[in-house]
Amino acid sequence: MRAPEPVAERVSDPAKLERVFELRGLSAWYGAAQALRNITFDIPKNRVTAIIGPSGCGKSTLIRCLDRMNDLIPGFRAEGHVTYHDEDIYGPAADPVLLRRHIGMVFQKPNPFPKSVFDNVAFGPRINGYTGNMHEVVEGSLRRAVLWDEVKDKLGTSGLALSGGQQQRLCIARALAVEPDVLLMDEPCSALDPIATYRIEELITDLARDYSIVIVTHNMQQASRVSDLTAFLLAGEERTGELVEFGPTRDLFTRPADERTEAYITGRFG
Amino acid sequence: MSAAVAERMRWRPTVAGRRRSGRLFLLLCYAATAVGILALVVLLADTLIKGAPGLSWQFLTSYPSRFAERSGLLAALVGTFYVAVIVVAVAFPIGIASAVWLEEYVSPGPLRRILETNIGNLAGVPSIIYGMLGLAVFVRALSLQRSLLAGGLTIAILVLPIVIINAQEALRAVPSGLRHASFALGATRWETIRHHVLPAALPGILTGTILALSRAIGEAAPIILISSIAFIAFLPDSLLDSFTILPIQIFIWVSKPQAAFHAIAASAIIVLLVMLLTMNAVAIVLRDRARRGVGW
Repeated sequence: MRAPEPVAERVSDPAKLERVFELRGLSAWYGAAQALRNITFDIPKNRVTAIIGPSGCGKSTLIRCLDRMNDLIPGFRAEGHVTYHDEDIYGPAADPVLLRRHIGMVFQKPNPFPKSVFDNVAFGPRINGYTGNMHEVVEGSLRRAVLWDEVKDKLGTSGLALSGGQQQRLCIARALAVEPDVLLMDEPCSALDPIATYRIEELITDLARDYSIVIVTHNMQQASRVSDLTAFLLAGEERTGELVEFGPTRDLFTRPADERTEAYITGRFG
Repeated sequence: MSAAVAERMRWRPTVAGRRRSGRLFLLLCYAATAVGILALVVLLADTLIKGAPGLSWQFLTSYPSRFAERSGLLAALVGTFYVAVIVVAVAFPIGIASAVWLEEYVSPGPLRRILETNIGNLAGVPSIIYGMLGLAVFVRALSLQRSLLAGGLTIAILVLPIVIINAQEALRAVPSGLRHASFALGATRWETIRHHVLPAALPGILTGTILALSRAIGEAAPIILISSIAFIAFLPDSLLDSFTILPIQIFIWVSKPQAAFHAIAASAIIVLLVMLLTMNAVAIVLRDRARRGVGW
């Protein structure tokens, strides 16, 4: 294993990095209520991008726009462009099912299927027509999620029998099993205790070598610990989220360009 | 008198009286419960006393006869069983499919609201109306005559709204996190429903269906119109044969003048009750297992 490069060397200028997603003027509505306004920034490849901001600022809406999970919510509507490897994911030719096969997602509350540990991991490869050795995929995914040693003797037991932190790592293994390109994590640690949180954070840092990771968090320490780049969102009275600032995490936390960012990271509001 | 004392005099707490009215209300509640339970106990006791002596293996395995002591339930039991099979075979798939479509495919809006309101209304339509529908559609228009198939289909239509409503509730109880997890892995809607939503909802759906079925096999009203309330001393060979069911057999025996027939009617009621209670018990066991199984 290579040692991770220091963050400062990895991220000097986000504009020079290879991009996975480009967001251009993205606005989103739930029915008549606007949740996001005119969001524009790029998400780079093989980096951890954190989205931070106070509750209700549209962080989750934003991350769910990246794999079109919002489509499942009746009344949702998006405008503007989101491209994934230069293809407009809201364009007429885009297929959300194919898109999600390449973009893994981990949710706030661990949500393993009420099936065995093995079947939890194997479901994705099965439906996506994987014809190789299923045992290898399951073991490999569980190893990547640093869960293998804890579950190798109980692959047949229900995923729901694991502890909260193990369940969340199972969900990560499940997402990795379809060999995604991006991993979206929507507050993955908010239901976990500090030790489980620490293990997930370690795992995120480790996975960032091979995956592009986007993580939503309301925990600023977590954003500063695990991410290379940070986007700060803020919503006004009408609860429509706007992008205040986006840049290398170290810069954003040490010398924020916007006074609202400074106010937020120093804990003066939010 | 000081102002403070005068102020206090304006309050006249009558705690004793208020407590009394509370006790009176409690008493009324007890009485209401007692009336209900007493009526049930009297009915059950009366039926048991009259019917228990007539229960025997021979009673379960004989055909009806002109003589009460030689009469048996065989035709009615088998008829009830066949009707139940037809109901399960027809109402179960149609009901579940309708519920899946309404819950998982139709987005909330006027269409769904109209459909759900009407299904709710159908569940409340008196069963005799379904009997008339069955008579007009299955017996006459489709010329199925007064057959097993016509009766089974009529009961299936009768329980269909209940099956749909129960299945919808079971589907709604499946946590949305399960659906999201599946979609996020690139599953289609159908794969998500087939692999995750339906298995998680199945115990709930089964419970609802069994309860609906146990209501259905106790129904006499619609079948009175469909079945030829005649002397059925044979088993149906095909779906188009005539048939009888337990409630109808009871109805026939009760309407006879001889007391001996009233006694075997009571025996038949006991058999019907045991069947219904068994089905309800199965439903409760399934529901409890489901609660322990998929709870998160």
